[in-house]
Amino acid sequence: MAFFSKPKYSTVTVKKKDMPQGLWRKCPLSGEIIYTKELEQNQNVVPKSGYHFPIAAPDRIRFLVDPDSFEEFDAGLEPVDPLGFKDLVPYTERVAKYQQASGQKEAVICGLAKIHAIPVSLAVMDFRFGAGSMGSVVGEKITRAIERAIERKCSCIIFSASGGARMQEGILSLMQMAKTSAALARLARARLPYISVLTHPTTGGVTASFATLGDVILAEPGALIGFAGPRVIKEATNRDLPEGFQSSEFFLEHGLVDQIVSRLEMRDRIAALLRLLQTGAPGAGRAAG
Amino acid sequence: MDSNLYILEFEKPLRELSSQLQSLQRSAQENQLDLSADIASIEAKLVATKRQIYSSLSAWQRVQLARHPRRPYSLDYIRALFTGFEQLHGDRLFRDDPSIVGGPALFDGRPVMLIAQQKGRNTKENLLRNFGMPNPEGYRKALRLMKMADKFGLPVICLVDTPGAFPGIGAEERHVAEAIAVNLREMASFGVPQISVVIGEGGSGGALGIAVTDRVYILENAYYSVISPESCSAILWKDKNSAAQAATALRLGDQEMLKRFGIVDGVVPEPLGGAHNDPEEAAANLRTVLSAALKDLSRLSPDELRDARYQRFRALGAFEAPPQTPAAAPSTETVQKNSGNSVPATT
Repeated sequence: MAFFSKPKYSTVTVKKKDMPQGLWRKCPLSGEIIYTKELEQNQNVVPKSGYHFPIAAPDRIRFLVDPDSFEEFDAGLEPVDPLGFKDLVPYTERVAKYQQASGQKEAVICGLAKIHAIPVSLAVMDFRFGAGSMGSVVGEKITRAIERAIERKCSCIIFSASGGARMQEGILSLMQMAKTSAALARLARARLPYISVLTHPTTGGVTASFATLGDVILAEPGALIGFAGPRVIKEATNRDLPEGFQSSEFFLEHGLVDQIVSRLEMRDRIAALLRLLQTGAPGAGRAAG
Repeated sequence: MDSNLYILEFEKPLRELSSQLQSLQRSAQENQLDLSADIASIEAKLVATKRQIYSSLSAWQRVQLARHPRRPYSLDYIRALFTGFEQLHGDRLFRDDPSIVGGPALFDGRPVMLIAQQKGRNTKENLLRNFGMPNPEGYRKALRLMKMADKFGLPVICLVDTPGAFPGIGAEERHVAEAIAVNLREMASFGVPQISVVIGEGGSGGALGIAVTDRVYILENAYYSVISPESCSAILWKDKNSAAQAATALRLGDQEMLKRFGIVDGVVPEPLGGAHNDPEEAAANLRTVLSAALKDLSRLSPDELRDARYQRFRALGAFEAPPQTPAAAPSTETVQKNSGNSVPATT
């Protein structure tokens, strides 16, 4: 046990008042202070350390797809309050707050796009909206994105970022897991590729449904991935968690994740995979299911 | 009630009345008195109180009943309703998970595949059964058995009774989320009739992992939830002591709501006072529902089953869609319910 507290080193001494909020960000890996504008231009990835800050769904789409190729679908779908749910705050108030803060109606943006000229049906979750939780709207929009891939005979790409199923919509949220997974069974039968990208964090009901059903599962570096959260596991098992437990790297080693891909390379890597998998040739294997 | 153990708080008035009744009966016998009028009045009061308590259970009381330590578990129903159960073990990958049991058995003389989550009745059993919380192996064993059922044309019957999948280190290392997800996808594809019944706790993804079936039923005092009331309380109320409020907010035990949302196709009635008060009657009620559902589903071809099952789950959800959405959108508010279920559903 240390008798002396560890001195806090910092390469730059900046007084709080000199640092308007949001202008600079500190890298949690290296401690480096970075100009926010520079960070945004680099897709919220710290250039030197490679640390991935979360990125809002519209920004991710902008960096990912060919310019002007994104056509959004189902943007108008809005949540309702099927249970009349109220905890410390009524659900309707929470939704209004999320919508105002994010400028979006829900926690996922879906549409058709092209990546290096390859057509895809894309769904990108946004953690800023209610911790990316999946209620009826998220489940419906993801399902429609999968069905759209089947209609258009293109690949489906889903970026996950979610705390899990949305408690405030109760059992209906749980059913979105079944709905999205059933749609993926149809996509598989149509022999169309599905690439699932796990970003920080992907947990709970999203992990236990479409996020882990990709033909290829990619993960951004350092993302928290899991079914149960680390705190819950610690409480349930009364054990210390292994180093790096539930990180992208942990799941690459344990065989769930195919590749860890930097956000800066995501676009090229997805295109490369699609060129290899989305051949349009009739499959020789037995029909899935 | 034959035991002093496990009396729930709201069951106490009944306990008092029945001990009054017993002492009256005893003194009538011992002293050769005719107390039949008193006895009859207490008996009537007992029934009335029971009816009153159990017709107005709170969400939390339902949860307590669903978790009642004397409630019949899967193997109790299996013993009562099935013959020739051949339990098959293991996922052929890692190990056997005793929190999910399964194998072929006969129901009304017809082979079916059973898959059932099993809790323990005492500490020793609970250690074996992991308190009914499956590891990934359990879901993979379930999938193996469902595939076998699909291959040999056996209907699948799943009994759901779990607080949730086990939140353990090994479970994460062996991808419990993926094991559940694969089941959700594969269950949507099978061509044999599938029925699931939530007999006690329907805890989240751990329950759904064996419940993407053509028909879903729930017992009167069981609950089906996206999250345990305790975890919900910890997250939304920031403490663990608001589980009862969380249960109310989640509307646990509100089986009418489940029917209205299309989550379940029917509610299996329980004897007055809960399944543990008369396990035989509870099993008989379950038999009626299973028989009718099996008969109904056997008329459908594999493709018809698959399509109807897809539509059943595809329709679940409640949201608002503007009429001008590019993709074909359902009308303004869709709290959709599947149609065509013709199995008796009572409460």
